[in-house]
Amino acid sequence: MRRPGDPPPDPRAVAGPTVVLAYLIRRLTAVVVMLLVVTLVTFGIFYVIPKLTGSDPAAMFIGKQADPGAVEGVREKLGLGDPILVQFWNFISGIFVGRDYTGGGSSFHCDAPCFGYSFRTEQEIWPVLTERLPVTLSLAAGACVLWVIVGVTTGIISALKRGTAIDRTAMTIALAGVSLPIYFTALLSLAIFRTQLGWFDAEYVDIAQDPLGWFSGLVLPWVTLAFLYAAMYARLTRATMLEVLGEDYIRTARAKGLSEPVVVGKHALRSTMTPILTILGMDLGALVGGAILTETAFSLPGLGQAAVKAIGDFDLPLILGVTLIAAAAVVLANLVVDILYSVIDPRVRLS
Amino acid sequence: MTANSSSRRRLAASAALVVAALVGTAACGGGGKDETEGKGKAPGFNAAVGKIANASDKKGGTIKFIGTQDADSWDPQRGYYGFMWDFARYYTRQLITFKPAAGTESTELVADMATDTGKVSADKKTYTFTLKDGVAWEDGKPVTSKDIKYGIERIWAQDKISGGPIYLQQVLDPKKEYKGPYKDKSADKLGLKAIETPDDKTIVFKLPKPNGDFLQMLAMPAATPVRQDKDTAEKYGLKPFSNGPYKIDSYTPNKGMELSRNPNWKKGTDTVRKALPDKVSLKLITNADDMDNRLIEGDYDIDINATGISPAGRTKALRDHKGNVDNPQTGFIRYAVFPQTVKPMDNIHCRKAVIYGSDHKSLQTARGGPMAGGDIATNMLPPSIKGSDAKYDPYNVLKDTTGNVAKAKEELKACGKPNGFETTIAVRNNKPQEIATAESMQASLGKVGIKVQIDQYDGAQTSGIIGAPKNVDKKKYGIIIMGWGADFPSGQGFSQPLVDSRFILESGNNNFSMLKDKSIDGLFDKALLETDPDKAAEFYKQINQKVSEHAVYLPFTFEKNVIWRSSRLTNVYTADSYNGRYDYASLGVK
Repeated sequence: MRRPGDPPPDPRAVAGPTVVLAYLIRRLTAVVVMLLVVTLVTFGIFYVIPKLTGSDPAAMFIGKQADPGAVEGVREKLGLGDPILVQFWNFISGIFVGRDYTGGGSSFHCDAPCFGYSFRTEQEIWPVLTERLPVTLSLAAGACVLWVIVGVTTGIISALKRGTAIDRTAMTIALAGVSLPIYFTALLSLAIFRTQLGWFDAEYVDIAQDPLGWFSGLVLPWVTLAFLYAAMYARLTRATMLEVLGEDYIRTARAKGLSEPVVVGKHALRSTMTPILTILGMDLGALVGGAILTETAFSLPGLGQAAVKAIGDFDLPLILGVTLIAAAAVVLANLVVDILYSVIDPRVRLS
Repeated sequence: MTANSSSRRRLAASAALVVAALVGTAACGGGGKDETEGKGKAPGFNAAVGKIANASDKKGGTIKFIGTQDADSWDPQRGYYGFMWDFARYYTRQLITFKPAAGTESTELVADMATDTGKVSADKKTYTFTLKDGVAWEDGKPVTSKDIKYGIERIWAQDKISGGPIYLQQVLDPKKEYKGPYKDKSADKLGLKAIETPDDKTIVFKLPKPNGDFLQMLAMPAATPVRQDKDTAEKYGLKPFSNGPYKIDSYTPNKGMELSRNPNWKKGTDTVRKALPDKVSLKLITNADDMDNRLIEGDYDIDINATGISPAGRTKALRDHKGNVDNPQTGFIRYAVFPQTVKPMDNIHCRKAVIYGSDHKSLQTARGGPMAGGDIATNMLPPSIKGSDAKYDPYNVLKDTTGNVAKAKEELKACGKPNGFETTIAVRNNKPQEIATAESMQASLGKVGIKVQIDQYDGAQTSGIIGAPKNVDKKKYGIIIMGWGADFPSGQGFSQPLVDSRFILESGNNNFSMLKDKSIDGLFDKALLETDPDKAAEFYKQINQKVSEHAVYLPFTFEKNVIWRSSRLTNVYTADSYNGRYDYASLGVK
């Protein structure tokens, strides 16, 4: 029994290590189930629907020269003649134990984790994904840092200086940022900064190879991508901040005589961060799946570019691979966000 | 409300200002670099069409290719893209190949690894070649006749080596009795009966029946030798083993390729390839506009795909750097074709009414105009093919460039449809220029009373939609819009799939007009017996005239392309053998 005057129980203390562990296990199970469902649906779209509509997935791999022998070869190698559940099982088990592709008089082994095999480029999918992932991660991480710092700061300042010229200017720029599509801002920034001024490198290089070149090659994509997101985050931060600043507890804090920086920085900002974090989790997750427009416009060899190429070439296994990476990234990012909630907002319990 | 909307207007106005300012900055900065700046003066507009620009024998440097499309495969037996065939000469050699010469001369065949262009038996069914001394693989081992046979045998293994042209299989083993080297039970995997290798230097091809274009087929990369111990089957395209002047150091699909000199290639054995640069690099990106900019900026030398500069880059290139631009013929014809199985296109007069009623100038504009689209086409044989005659203009399209309404109405009367008729145009939905040509026909034919509906179908499904005659009949496609280029520069390569009745297929058909004329089929048979290209050309000329008389085709343009060459490129010329692309194997850099 709690007596009046006792400090309230710390909600975090309630969530002991076993609770946290149980929570994590529950959530991770959900993650696995979710990924299985995504895989099943994507797999279904690529391998079942074409059958229903009368197109032959094997013929789609071959392209215009659909020689019957070629189609048969792919069908045999891919196991397209097997029942769909067997195909699905082969795919899933391949991820954990690898699998063999047999056909045309020989066979080869696809090492675990085997995410399939591209009949367009004759490559295993997993190495293609891992080779391209660092590019996408570099792009997403750099842009994310930029847009969170710029966006959130602008939003807070705008909220605090509501109605002033600063607020209006910031929100006008933010409006432009939200409205202008990436393919427009990307081309514009390329035309100005690269073609006319010749400022930044045109090529992406690996960070381990040349850190400065890596940075130089990514500045424009970062800024372009961050411009769009920073604008959204500024508007979101401003709106949330204004709402929070009108809450009773802020008035109470002020009435208690707390200084403005403490009121804003400690009390208001924490509540403001909750919706920002939610969106950030999803945005970042989705970006890891490939910032398709940015990567295409700047010719960055990341997952997004691979996805675009794969779609153009009917390279279904590669599309499936990128989809899975994207799904995994979104689901995991959301899990991290949910855990972070309990850190920034004591009202949220891990339950 | 008023205050709200006015503040919104202010916001919009400010946003517009910001955008305008940004665009202004980009535009004002324009002008670009002078073509004489940096890497030397450009030799001039069309300087590499029909002649050699910057002729030089200077060796060294790196030639930098860029592109937005990777090859379908770099495996010589699997690649089918035109630019791949051109580029493949860097790392492959064949018995014979195309002459390194500008324009039409490039379609002549010359000896490559063989000592000559082969000895043909009297019955034209046996071809014998002898290999030159000193032709070697990148590891120094000599190339043998068995390697050539093995490479060609791979074409039979369509279940593993799919995608490439199969002409050699069709000509050497039409019934496909051989199952390919991977299912070959013999110890040396050389079980194909149609090719004999009496010794390491001699190779004999035995055709069941003569084909005058057999040498053309041997000049394709599909006839490249492959060494059995280096054959990685379906993965061979990731790193083909070189017998050409360059070897592949690295390749990542959709990213790029690096090649360096093959130390075991001997200039003395190769009269075709100049092998001037020390290195050849290929970078693949996704943004076509960015690619054009980088070419214009001089970061790269040449677009490997050579499908033409995109509209934005074209304007800039032609305005500021015309000296770096060439405008060659591609050997393609863009056309409309009338399936005779669909009424009223079974009546020749209704077909002629469509030909006379169309506005040829407008169709040319829809294709991109005289430069990016090409010349108005007069008949169905492109100028790069022997037997062609661009002056042969049976429907007077060069005189009546906007069509001939009076004649169209006359033909409609003769067809029994004086007030016109209704029909449907089938057009690929992923080809904006083809859609534009369909709209042009719709507009001009409307004026003579022919009402046209446009059906845009999934362009990726061509072979099952317009390539299936049953479907064409069902959908009542009276007009189909397509384009065609030859796999090898002869009348057989260009015309036979389009007009020979024996090439009509249930799916993947290209004889869309369903043309069945025994005299045309017979002329093809005669032409195929002819090993002298000039004599065969006479037959193709006759075929072309007969096709025109049937009025089943309305050719739009003899296609042209606007392509870029950097100022530092040497030995540049466009070759008809490679669809108007530059002959990559001859290029060097300053």
